[in-house]
Amino acid sequence: MATTVEQPKAEEQAAAVAHSSAYISVSPHIKGKYSTSGIMWAVNIALAPAAVSGAYYFGMHGIMTLFLCIGASVLCEYLYELLLNQKITIRDGSAFLTGLLLAMNLPANVPFYIPLVGSVVAIVLTKQLFGGLGFNLFNPALLARAFLMISFPKILTTWTAPVESFMSSDAVTTATPLGILKIDGYQQLIETFGSKADLYLSLLFGNRSGCIGETAIIALIAGGIFLLATKIISWHIPVAYLGTAALMAWIFGAKGAFFAGDPLLHLLSGGIMLGAFFMATDYVTSPMSSIGKIVFGFGCGFLTMLIRLKGGYPEGVMFSILIMNCFAPLIDKAFQPKVFGSVKVKGRAS
Amino acid sequence: MSSFSFKGGVHPDDGKHLSKDKPIEKYTPKQVLVPMQQHIGAPAKIVVEENSHVLKGQLLGEAGGMVSAKVHSPVSGRVIKLTEALLAAGRKSAAVLIENDGLDEWVECKACSNWDSLTKAELLAKITDAGIVGMGGATFPTHVKVNPPANKKINALVINGVECEPYLTADYRLMIEYAKEILEGISILLKTLDITKAYIGIEANKPDAVKLFQDLTKNSKDISVHSLKIRYPQGAEKVLIKSILNREVPPGALPMDVGVVVQNTGTVYAIYEAVKLGRPLVERIVSVTGEGIRSPKNFRTVIGTSVSELIAACGGTQGKGKNSKIISGGPMMGFALHTTDLPVIKGTSGIVVLTDDKAGGGEDYSACIKCGRCVRACPMGLQPYMLGILAEKRMYDRAKEYKVDNCFECGSCTYICPSKRPMVEFIKATKMVLKG
Repeated sequence: MATTVEQPKAEEQAAAVAHSSAYISVSPHIKGKYSTSGIMWAVNIALAPAAVSGAYYFGMHGIMTLFLCIGASVLCEYLYELLLNQKITIRDGSAFLTGLLLAMNLPANVPFYIPLVGSVVAIVLTKQLFGGLGFNLFNPALLARAFLMISFPKILTTWTAPVESFMSSDAVTTATPLGILKIDGYQQLIETFGSKADLYLSLLFGNRSGCIGETAIIALIAGGIFLLATKIISWHIPVAYLGTAALMAWIFGAKGAFFAGDPLLHLLSGGIMLGAFFMATDYVTSPMSSIGKIVFGFGCGFLTMLIRLKGGYPEGVMFSILIMNCFAPLIDKAFQPKVFGSVKVKGRAS
Repeated sequence: MSSFSFKGGVHPDDGKHLSKDKPIEKYTPKQVLVPMQQHIGAPAKIVVEENSHVLKGQLLGEAGGMVSAKVHSPVSGRVIKLTEALLAAGRKSAAVLIENDGLDEWVECKACSNWDSLTKAELLAKITDAGIVGMGGATFPTHVKVNPPANKKINALVINGVECEPYLTADYRLMIEYAKEILEGISILLKTLDITKAYIGIEANKPDAVKLFQDLTKNSKDISVHSLKIRYPQGAEKVLIKSILNREVPPGALPMDVGVVVQNTGTVYAIYEAVKLGRPLVERIVSVTGEGIRSPKNFRTVIGTSVSELIAACGGTQGKGKNSKIISGGPMMGFALHTTDLPVIKGTSGIVVLTDDKAGGGEDYSACIKCGRCVRACPMGLQPYMLGILAEKRMYDRAKEYKVDNCFECGSCTYICPSKRPMVEFIKATKMVLKG
């Protein structure tokens, strides 16, 4: 059945040998399609709908803050690496992402120096001084926000209502839904928005005061689904985070009675959607294993609700994720994968 | 589908379409360079002299120790000189250069059509005399593997027809074209091992091979055929045993410790030829393929054929760029070659030439972002990212805590890493340091 191939001529052999100076490296010789920069830019794209929505609701102030944060973060990364004679990594999209996330976590009409200070804290203090991408202990955007919150408490808690017209520079100061809930209670919150249905709809579509990128829940969910579908994130952290928060809101959310809270309100308000899909899922500062991620998500949800219901702040997403960031290495250590063959498995055949 | 599976793995584009429909073609070179080190263990000792005449199948090298294998002449002709040959892994080996007289004169082969009447010891002697080694690439001497110590009770023979390495189609063609011979080889092996149960594992991307073997074994209660999930490294020994029998080989242990002997289909075919036809292992199937090969083919060629000759017989290469690679073996675990001026040996399952756009590796890498993809991909349940970081920090001793020895370098972690970190390289370095 085997046919015989003719022997190649001498020049053909020479041609084959001419190919010989090929590239040498250790196996494997093929690589998968994921790249670090590809992942970072994909997360930026996933955040785009919510950022655009923030720009729509908060107008020129919102846009300015977005541009300032992104520009300052990228510039900080560039200058730091230039000064320390390091490889410039601004193309990998991670400084852009940090800037974008920082802006999305700020009120719209902050003074211009807030994005600048925040970017320095995020990029230089939180990320580069610890060794750059991959070595930071905390989510850079969130730690920067915590820094700003402590340094400029008034500015960081002054919220404006969505603008009437896009170019309008008038900013009407108003409380966030969670702020109203904390100070005036659940009934007052519903009355502020008219009815329960109006409240949910406003929250879902982002027509309320809050940070630039946290309000448009529907846009954040769309981005989250994109990240899940492209397997950039797994379901574990968002589901554990949101599930725990919803459960706690239902059980402890109402004053004076158990199992009477409004879980939907808690999921749709504040920064929990932005946090659960985009910040708690940050690879560097979250655990790797599936069980570890569930534990991490549970911790975030628990602490968020603890702060919302019992703490001094109306919102607890930022602190809860930062606290859980501290635990991430420990969680990784506690839930290591099972080494193949280390536990006896019962055989089928004999 | 098999009822069991393994955790982890990756799913690279398999590239098998390039050569899977190319029937095996015979190729005979004008001269051969036969290395004495074609197997794991001690090299064979040359027993011929320069200018002597040798017949095809005549002994060239006697086994150099307990774990070693005999080497035979792949052609009839004149020994030009005793010299050295470069091997794919970069080492050199003593070798015999023989000019093929083209007469194809075999030594006297003791064919044995009624092998069933032979004893276990006689069968084992035939396998030993034929110089058979694991032909999937590991090249462990087969006579050692099928003769486990008396305290290891073997109860299952697993036949590896997975060929999970992308591009390679040598085992596939062999299975399609020599199915009956392989099945007879399995029967010989079962008798040699003195057991009754054989399990043939074939990856589900070769449905015609699965169907063929299922049809041929449908009346057999001892041989079962398993279509396995398409997932690299399904064909790794430990992974295959897990997928078919749900037994896990413990760290540091061998398949025989869980009662299993695994043999590659190519090896089984060689056993068939050794016992039934009395022929030593002097030929094998080699896929010459990849986007960088003009006309990919599957060859049946003799040991010692020059790689550059086989590439030329496929019309040469194309699309050369600065990153293109020539690989001995598959792209996941094979060796990149800096020259094609080396011979095909018993473990050469293929020559894969990758063009610039397909070849990876050697590029700049960045810090680990702890995405966990490598941890999910590791079939051995290790944490490759940590092994990489420890190697970078030269904390080799701590790598022991992370069970670096359990890694068999399948490359899944390195394939999947978005930061393009060369984990296999880190791990190889760690193992070398720990060995001292």
